[in-house]
Amino acid sequence: MKSSKDNKKDLLLDIKNISIEGFSDEIWHPIIKGVNLQLYRGEVLGLIGESGAGKSTLGLAAMGFVRTGCRFTGGSIIFNGKDLTKLSEKKKQQLWGTKLSYVAQSAAAAFNPAHRLINQTIESSLSHKLDTKETLQKDAVQLYKEMQLPNPDQIGERYPHQVSGGQLQRTMTAMAMSSKPDLIIFDEPTTALDVTTQVNVLATIRSIVKEHQTAAIYITHDLAVVAQMADRIQVLRYGDTVEVAKTSQMLKSPKEEYTKSLWAVRSIKKKEQKSKEIILRIENVSASYESGPKVLQDININVPTGRTVAIVGESGSGKSTTARAITGLLPPTQGKVIFQERILPKKLSDRSKEDLRSIQMIYQSPDTSMNPRHTVREIIGRPLSFYHGINKEKNTNKVLELLHMIELDESFVDRLPEELSGGQKQRICIARALAAEPDLIICDEVTSALDQIVQEGILKLLLRLQHELKISYIFITHDIATVKAIADEVVVMHQGLVVEQGSKKDIFNPPHPEYTKLLLSSVPEMDPNWLNKVLEK
Amino acid sequence: MSKLHPIISTLLKRIGLGIISLFFVTLIIFSSVNLLPGDFVESVLGQTRTEESVKIFRKELGLDKPYHVRYVNWLTSAIQGDLGSTFSGRNATYANQPQQNTARSVSSLLKPRLFNTFFLAAMTAIIAIPLSLILGITAALFRNSIYDRTVNASALTTISMPEFFVAYILIIYLASINQFFPSLSNVTSSTPFFERIYLSVLPALTLTLVTVAHMMRMTRASIINLLSSPYIEMARLKGISKTQVIIKHALPNAWAPIANIIAFNLAYLIVGVVVVEVVFVYPGIGQLMVDSVIKRDIPVVQGCALVFAVTYILLNLIADVISIITNPRLLYPK
Repeated sequence: MKSSKDNKKDLLLDIKNISIEGFSDEIWHPIIKGVNLQLYRGEVLGLIGESGAGKSTLGLAAMGFVRTGCRFTGGSIIFNGKDLTKLSEKKKQQLWGTKLSYVAQSAAAAFNPAHRLINQTIESSLSHKLDTKETLQKDAVQLYKEMQLPNPDQIGERYPHQVSGGQLQRTMTAMAMSSKPDLIIFDEPTTALDVTTQVNVLATIRSIVKEHQTAAIYITHDLAVVAQMADRIQVLRYGDTVEVAKTSQMLKSPKEEYTKSLWAVRSIKKKEQKSKEIILRIENVSASYESGPKVLQDININVPTGRTVAIVGESGSGKSTTARAITGLLPPTQGKVIFQERILPKKLSDRSKEDLRSIQMIYQSPDTSMNPRHTVREIIGRPLSFYHGINKEKNTNKVLELLHMIELDESFVDRLPEELSGGQKQRICIARALAAEPDLIICDEVTSALDQIVQEGILKLLLRLQHELKISYIFITHDIATVKAIADEVVVMHQGLVVEQGSKKDIFNPPHPEYTKLLLSSVPEMDPNWLNKVLEK
Repeated sequence: MSKLHPIISTLLKRIGLGIISLFFVTLIIFSSVNLLPGDFVESVLGQTRTEESVKIFRKELGLDKPYHVRYVNWLTSAIQGDLGSTFSGRNATYANQPQQNTARSVSSLLKPRLFNTFFLAAMTAIIAIPLSLILGITAALFRNSIYDRTVNASALTTISMPEFFVAYILIIYLASINQFFPSLSNVTSSTPFFERIYLSVLPALTLTLVTVAHMMRMTRASIINLLSSPYIEMARLKGISKTQVIIKHALPNAWAPIANIIAFNLAYLIVGVVVVEVVFVYPGIGQLMVDSVIKRDIPVVQGCALVFAVTYILLNLIADVISIITNPRLLYPK
């Protein structure tokens, strides 16, 4: 395989100097600036970069497709000898779903809710008349088997909402394989999945691509994932290529500074510290939504003063519900929340202003947790006047002080959220929480929506603030690297139960309970052989 | 009770809610009709009235009883299908001789009128619904093309004009200058079927023009709204043609809003067409209600209002049912 790479005949896709522009704010501005990309038959190319780097746009361009509001402005995309930029829509439709397939990021959104899985799986092959319906259905069941879906014979009869996210993602890969295409574009296919689910999906995608000798472009922001999947890696930034190299070489000796910085977060290692004082004690707390099943079952968590407790677990494990139970947004059905040696009223409405002030929250998405019509001054100023009754003039001084604390200058004071970057928005949210002068801040996935470098900045900021202000944190996350970076103590949650809790050192070193073991082993590592090792076990 | 399919329990809930809202509507109808100014008895007896005759007449009509008793009586007989008797069949002479009562029952008065109204609504719906769906879907398909703009502009034009104006324009061009259709639609219960259709063409056409715009724009909007969903992009990347994408992928998910807007317009065709009926002298239920209000014939007004309310709630219930059964999440639970 690899020896034939130099052979021109095996060049499947040759993107030359492609440029794409997008239309927004009444002007066209460049998204992709003259990128070259080569892909050989049977090869997997990893396309990596942060949000806004143009990965998805380039991936779709490899199919000759641009989204509404975008246009090709130069270059060529030669697929199997044909320039896709010059083909008519009709001609491209004949290639899409037959020779070229696409696997989207969110399978839940990319499947039509109104049709059964099997019909969607074979739809493109059927509409291009590649075979009879019966044969295609049989092939699809075979693919479901290869993708290790449960009940491959019947699962196709289900509707998208009836199967889990991981199964849906595998079904989508089966859908892409249905026509036996030459090239599949995988656009962040596992980003929306939990780590333990991700491992299986990665493994099945990799084996099926190998089995069928399909070429693939694998788009992701996660270097550790791409290391498992790709033969070569191409790094993108601001719509331009930073670096292209074979996977092993890229991981061992990246040439560019930027490439090195992509795994920046993994470089923070906080030394864990102990504290004898306990600021928050959760005792035997159970909670449920309305009359539904218990989402939290009898959990106990201690938060030491001035330290960070990381709560880690997959979606649905009850991490965020724990935060809601502490803040009183979801009153616990049983148990006590003891803060500074005082039992807090269960309901939010029963708590005093002082109770509210001392526990603050920061959310995952700063976009939705700030009023888009308020300026930074109003956003940060509101808790100042609400909790501390500070008047307008003093308010401004205090706002500037807080901005300084979060490492932003005073030019930000009259900006609206839409004029800030994702990282800056999250900093403003931190400042808003600080404005109340809390003793405890609950951070709910605060870095999950951010790029690696920005994540690093936010985490460093949080650590510095803790050091200076002696604030305690509860840090909710699904990302083990973040936990390693910031935690003193770790709580592992699974299905509403606390599986394990202890100091960071204890949790990350064996022996582990079964679930912790699974969780830790599922986190992709930079080693290209990581997936093989996991599968061997 | 064994565990019901969630769709059945949802439907039962909706029907229950429909009945509850109907009950509140009857309260509103009854109290507002009784708040109407003027008094039937005094206006009928006119100058010749004496205190005695007013009293007798009142008693005869049941107007001497307190409000809540009259409401309960009215409601219980309405549930049994009896909407009471009209006031206006009586007059002063009969008031003094209660035995010789020629008052007609409200239901017998309503029935032919209701049939006429339903007939016109059905005729309009048969033209308007397919037309607006086709226009809406094609406009979405050729979004921002000249076709789309033309359809949109003409739809806006017809919706911006008052309906009587549309009616008169149709009369001028289709009944006066070119005598294709009659300008008067005075159907009776003995009118043969095809003549009835012929007589009703102009009012139906007027109503079609008025309602198509609304339904077509809503169909177009709900389909276009879906066109930005990831699964539509996915379908296009599977090489499905644009027409197929809209028909197979967008439309099945757009039924709920479309059904709602169709139900809304159907309801309008039954409860809101009085102006068109007046222009074409079409004996529908709208005219009957207006006449009865003028005559202060309370039972008829109440009967009409009740029919309107039932129609409105029933149609919206059907729209709800359609949006429930076209939702695979409810139809095929986990």
